[in-house]
Amino acid sequence: MTQTTPDAPVRRQRAQIKVRTLRTDRWWIAPLLTFLALTAFLVYGVWAILDGSYFIDPYIAPFSSPCLSTSCVEGARLFGWAPIGDWYTLPPGLLILGLPGGFRLTCYYYRKSYYRSFWLSPPACAVQEPHGKYTGETRFPLIMQNIHRYFFYAAILIGAILSYDAILAMVHKPQGLGSWILLVNAVLIVAYTLSCHSCRHITAGRLNHFSKHPLRYKAWTFVSKLNAKHQPLAWASMFSVMGADLYVRLVAKGIIAFPFA
Amino acid sequence: MSYKAKFKVWRGEGGEGKLEDFTVEVNEGEVVLDIIHRLQATQAPDLAVRWNCKAGKCGSCSMEINGKPRLGCMTRMSTFTEEETITVTPMRTFPVIKDLVTDVSFNYQKAMEIPSFTPPAGVRPGEYRMQQVDVERSQEFRKCIECFMCNNVCHVIRDHEENKTAFAGPRFLMRIAELDMHPYDVADRQEAAQEEHGLGHCNITKCCTEVCPEHIKITDNALIPMKERVADRKYDPLVWLGNKIFKRSSK
Repeated sequence: MTQTTPDAPVRRQRAQIKVRTLRTDRWWIAPLLTFLALTAFLVYGVWAILDGSYFIDPYIAPFSSPCLSTSCVEGARLFGWAPIGDWYTLPPGLLILGLPGGFRLTCYYYRKSYYRSFWLSPPACAVQEPHGKYTGETRFPLIMQNIHRYFFYAAILIGAILSYDAILAMVHKPQGLGSWILLVNAVLIVAYTLSCHSCRHITAGRLNHFSKHPLRYKAWTFVSKLNAKHQPLAWASMFSVMGADLYVRLVAKGIIAFPFA
Repeated sequence: MSYKAKFKVWRGEGGEGKLEDFTVEVNEGEVVLDIIHRLQATQAPDLAVRWNCKAGKCGSCSMEINGKPRLGCMTRMSTFTEEETITVTPMRTFPVIKDLVTDVSFNYQKAMEIPSFTPPAGVRPGEYRMQQVDVERSQEFRKCIECFMCNNVCHVIRDHEENKTAFAGPRFLMRIAELDMHPYDVADRQEAAQEEHGLGHCNITKCCTEVCPEHIKITDNALIPMKERVADRKYDPLVWLGNKIFKRSSK
């Protein structure tokens, strides 16, 4: 008979269940779909950054906006401005890629999704992860996730620029399908950006006395409502930015050429 | 309408044990805990299970049903098909005493390590005056019934026993957040959350939120806000500079 005194070694043991999980549902579908979707986004992003067809008046592809170097086509430059000058000859998208990319990479939702689907840490709830050791976000490089708020500040700027691009397209070509696609994309990007957990913290989450800051509390309440939709907004804005970018490039290449494109 | 269901139940003392097969009657409207009680009454009188209220409010009957952390009393048999074999095991993260009963004293130890509510000096009980909006956030966390399923499912300690000394688990990081957000608490919770209670181990994969029977948004409303407060305190030079210039306190 096994000893059962509190000090007996066996009393300090968990149930010795030898399988990784006893879950009977298809728990692997969600991480698999996430893996495929995020991989598709990364592959598309690499192609788009290297692709030269990023502008056709009045549309600019979101992956290449703002276009800041002299190598940018005249109409594609933000306010006609080229602060980077002519020394920069690489694709213009490479210059700004780190800002929206970093925002998504350090986003609390995307962290969950790629920790689960790429790093399998864990692949799903109550499914054992394959790693022997785990230190989470306590060390470099993952401790750098704490700078998410700085990417949020940059993402606000990017969101404003994409909105400006969309408004400009609407003004110059209100009948164009591309103008509407860029507008929907800008709305989703801005909504995703504002629904960010760092934004929620900055508006008033850091306060302990909401009653002393009624305006900030109101803003926090609004952001909290958006924040509850952070996951769907993350996906919607990811597909919309990919879709809008591809659309502009296809129009620029002449592959899409109907009258109201 | 009743039917015979196939069950596999973990039997054993301490960590040693095995899944035993049972075929047992199930009636309309029953929950898994009813079936465990029927097993006790008819086939396995020495089957150990911890339970109390049978209403999802005491947090006693936490177990794993088909591999998922659930309350036995809140898991309806109607959610399974009649052909399905239902596997019932104890919570994996804690040592087993017998059968489905685990030793959850890890959680009480962690609770004791968190300094209790600390009001400002000179404010006595009965003198606190707070607006509802100031305490609403903390009140959500007070719904916790201490079933410890969030700590059980958290892979930081579920898959890594060695992290138990450094990591308090979502239940107690939520407790720290509750106190840190409290308008009258003056203790330094942020530094301790990161350095002593292991907030940095959390990689916000949200399993704690998924299993919470009280539907507390543990990750979004407690852990992430706490991570942001820690970032203010330890990782954000702009906030540090602002605090110095405007002589703001972090509380």
